[in-house]
Order: sequence, then structure tokens, then C-alpha cells
Amino acid sequence: MKTVARGDLLHRQTGAMASLRRVRALILRHAYLLLKSWPRLVSMMYYPTVTMVLWGFVTIYLRPGNSVLQSAPGFFLGAVLLWDVLFRGQLGVSLTFIEEMYARNVGNLFVSPLRLYELIAGQLAMSILRTLIGVGGACFFAWLLFRYSIFSLGFPLLAFFVNLLMFGWAIGLAVSALILRWGLGAEELAWAAIFLFAPVSGVYYPIAVLPHVMQTIAWTLPSAYVFEGMRGVLLDGRFDWSLWQTAFVLNFVYIGVGAALFRWAVGYARNRGLLLQMGE
Amino acid sequence: MLKPVAPAIVVRDLRKRYVDVEAVRGVSFSVTAGTTTALLGGNGAGKTTTLSMLLGVLTPTAGTIHVLGEDMTRHRYRVLPRLNFTSPYVDMPKRLTVRENLRVFADLYGLRTPAARIAELAQEFELADFLRRPYGELSAGQRTRVSLAKALLNQPEVLLLDEPTASLDPDVGDRMRSYLEQYQRASGCTMLLASHNMGEVERLCDDVIMLRAGTVVDQGAPRALLERYGRDNMEEVFLDVARGTARDRLPVEIER
Repeated sequence: MKTVARGDLLHRQTGAMASLRRVRALILRHAYLLLKSWPRLVSMMYYPTVTMVLWGFVTIYLRPGNSVLQSAPGFFLGAVLLWDVLFRGQLGVSLTFIEEMYARNVGNLFVSPLRLYELIAGQLAMSILRTLIGVGGACFFAWLLFRYSIFSLGFPLLAFFVNLLMFGWAIGLAVSALILRWGLGAEELAWAAIFLFAPVSGVYYPIAVLPHVMQTIAWTLPSAYVFEGMRGVLLDGRFDWSLWQTAFVLNFVYIGVGAALFRWAVGYARNRGLLLQMGE
Repeated sequence: MLKPVAPAIVVRDLRKRYVDVEAVRGVSFSVTAGTTTALLGGNGAGKTTTLSMLLGVLTPTAGTIHVLGEDMTRHRYRVLPRLNFTSPYVDMPKRLTVRENLRVFADLYGLRTPAARIAELAQEFELADFLRRPYGELSAGQRTRVSLAKALLNQPEVLLLDEPTASLDPDVGDRMRSYLEQYQRASGCTMLLASHNMGEVERLCDDVIMLRAGTVVDQGAPRALLERYGRDNMEEVFLDVARGTARDRLPVEIER
């Protein structure tokens, strides 16, 4: 049995460097899980790809008699791919947390030096990775099957991607909070919550077609600004910065609310003794 | 080497009330640095609740906890890098191999040379043959050994152990207890354990805190408790305390 001085055993890093190391550890934990399992990788691409294929054929069917699709063939395909950025972004945050609950690993994490904001940062990083894998696969098949490249949107694509991913993070954090509060019984929320926002996000139609009340709701959501902006680029060839900026500001509000909810749920779990006993 | 005598853990008037149950009712104790103390009591006595509050994963309703001189409710993150634990209530990701799991925790605790430390612990706990196997494919006993290895990754100054050898066969259990004894001698670590294995308590512990219904009903060295209760082994002492039958056997002032 040998022991060494703690200074020789452990890094002396503090602050940001120590935080980055712990976030990297979380990413490593989930990367081990994802990258060694081809069924997981396939399932991440499966739904976005199947949905994209569906809308690709709808486009082919409707295009001859539709002026919108004639001038913007990527109208539906761009929408479905961007919608999946939002969906995968949210799932990436929620599922990363749910994985810890499945593994009954939450207690280990909360007793380690990992801070709450580092846990959140790890969830967000995994969300980016999951989104790139899931939507990246669908983008590849969109090009392969329909010769549609999402990258034809140019720089606005990056702007849309950032805003949708951020809104996905906010919803993902809120969903994680609800699962922490109500346990894995609320897991369905991780898959269903996003669809509450679909009708009022104007994914496939302008916000103007919605009833007045729904329009009012829509304009409180960053996703509505993004999809309006996408239509502006596709139909008019114009990127509206004001729409992007409004979405960006709203995202900070929503992420703040999501993070606050998650923090509240951790406090609730800490108060009720749920952290050690959380799992299937 | 002289043993340090300052308390590593100081708990004062600790209380935990859930909605309609008071699980811990004004518990106070201290654990001298470099010693091993057991929390003993029947199911529902408040052992795991107390350990959870010490770990910072359960917020006390009242009272104070100081670990290594730091207030756990206010400065938890100063202590957590110097502390570790095992509990039957937690597990590790089952699809990750043992090596991957240990690597992740090595990074979380900030080890300089994770691979070397993992190899060292794998040798100590006889895990070398399992390092490449998914954690979920291990037997309960093997998992317990991996959990203990994880708990010692950061060479903790305070180790909290909830039923540390519960699912191990007598041979492996004995070897784990020997390892914990050696580790404590080598590192001067402070250990607090909750256990139902009275042989383990007699062998490992310098001090025993007896809990019943969320309160400390007695405390002392195992030998002193045996003498006080007029019993031959800790199991009989445990039964006296858990069943509340100690009253007939004790001087009035000991029953608090």
C-alpha cells in the first residue's frame, strides 16, 4: 500500500482550467457511451433523416403547381432540417441528464467536485455533438437524395443554427428540471415538450397565418423569428438582422429561465434527498 | 507517526425533517482525524440520512456540519475534492468499461496521472481482469470493488462508506477490510461508515455512534460498549439498541 502527497496526485489547477477539465470529463463520459455504440449513432440520425425524406418527396409532389416551391425548392427541406436543430439541441441537453439518472450516477456526480454550472456546460456541449451527428446525417442524405444542400443558405445558416440550438438548450434545461423534480416518470417530456412549440414556431408557414392570439404567443419565441428569417432568405434572398437579434436576446432570457428552473430543481432534490436515490 | 487528534468531522444539533417525518433529531458527534467511526442503527435510524447530509447531497433542516474545518452547507466545494464515498444507492454507467468509468472520475477529481492511478488501484483491488469489461456485466461483488476503487481515486482525507462490503463474499469482504485498514494506516484518512456487519464494525472502528429513531443513543469504543452493555459481541449490543431493550441493562444516565 503506497500513498503519495496529494500535490503529486492531483492537479493544482483552480478556476476556469479546473472547470474545463471537469466539463471535459463529462463529455468524455458521454462520448464513450455514444461513439462505441453504432445503434445509438444510427438512431440519432434516423428520425431527422426519415422526416427529411418525407418532406423531400412532398416537395417533389407539390413543386410543379406551387410558385413558392418553384422559387425556393428547399422551403420544406430547410425548415425540417432547422427544426431538427431545435429538437436535437433540446434532446441533447435532456437525454444527457436522463442518461445519468438511468445509470444511477447522479449521486456520484453531485458528491464529486463537479459544480452545477459545469454539469450544465457538459450538457450543452453534448447537445452540440448530438445535434451535429443527428442533423449532419440528415443533411448528408438531403444532398444525396434530393441534391439539396442546407449550406446553400450561406452565413445565415450559422446564425439560425446558433439561435435554434440556444432555444433548444433552454427547453432542455427546463425539461431536465421537471424530470429531476418528478423523476423518470416525466421522461416522456424529453421527447414531447418540443412539439408544444411547433405550431407557434411557424416552421412550415408564416406566423401571419396563425390566429391573432397564437401570433402573440409566437412572437415571444425565438424559433418564430428564426423561421421567419429563414423564409426571408429563401424567398427574398434577404437576411433580416433584426429578426436574428430579437431571437438572440430572447434566447438569453429563456436560457436564464431554464437554468434557474434546473437550479431550483436541484435544490428541491437536495432538500428531499432525491439525489442519491435517483434512478430507474 | 503521531496520530492527529483534531476532529475531521464535527456535527452539531443536526436535524432533518421531511414533510411529516423527522428523520434526524438533533444529532451531534465528532470524528477524530485519522480514526474510523461507525454509525450503527436499525433500518430508519437515520444513518443514511446523516451520511447524505455529510456528503452535501441532502440539505439539513437545522444544525451545522464541518468537515476538515469547512462548513459543508456553505463551502462544500472546498471539501469535496478531499472527500469520497461509496453507497449502495448509487451506481456507475453500466455500458462504460471499468477503465472508462474510473478514467471519467479520475478527471473529475483532477488526477495528474489517471492511467497510473487506475493501474495501481486495479492491482490493489484485483480489478485488472475486469478493466475492459462493461461495468454492467460485473457481479455485485465486483461492482462493489470498483466502487471502492473509485472512492479511493483521489486518495481522500475523509471517506464516507455506506455498507461498504454489503454484497461481497466473506473472502473478498475480508480483503477489502484489510485494504481499508492499510489505506488508513498509510494515509491517515478519516473514515465514517454505516454498516450492518458487526464483525466489520468491531474490526475496523475506533468509535461507534449508536442511532435510534434519528437520535444518538450511545457512543463509545466497541470494547467500551461491550462492557457497558454486558454483551459478548457488537451484534448483541446492536440488538439491545435497535430494539430499545438496553434500558434494563444500563445505568439510567447512559440512556439519554
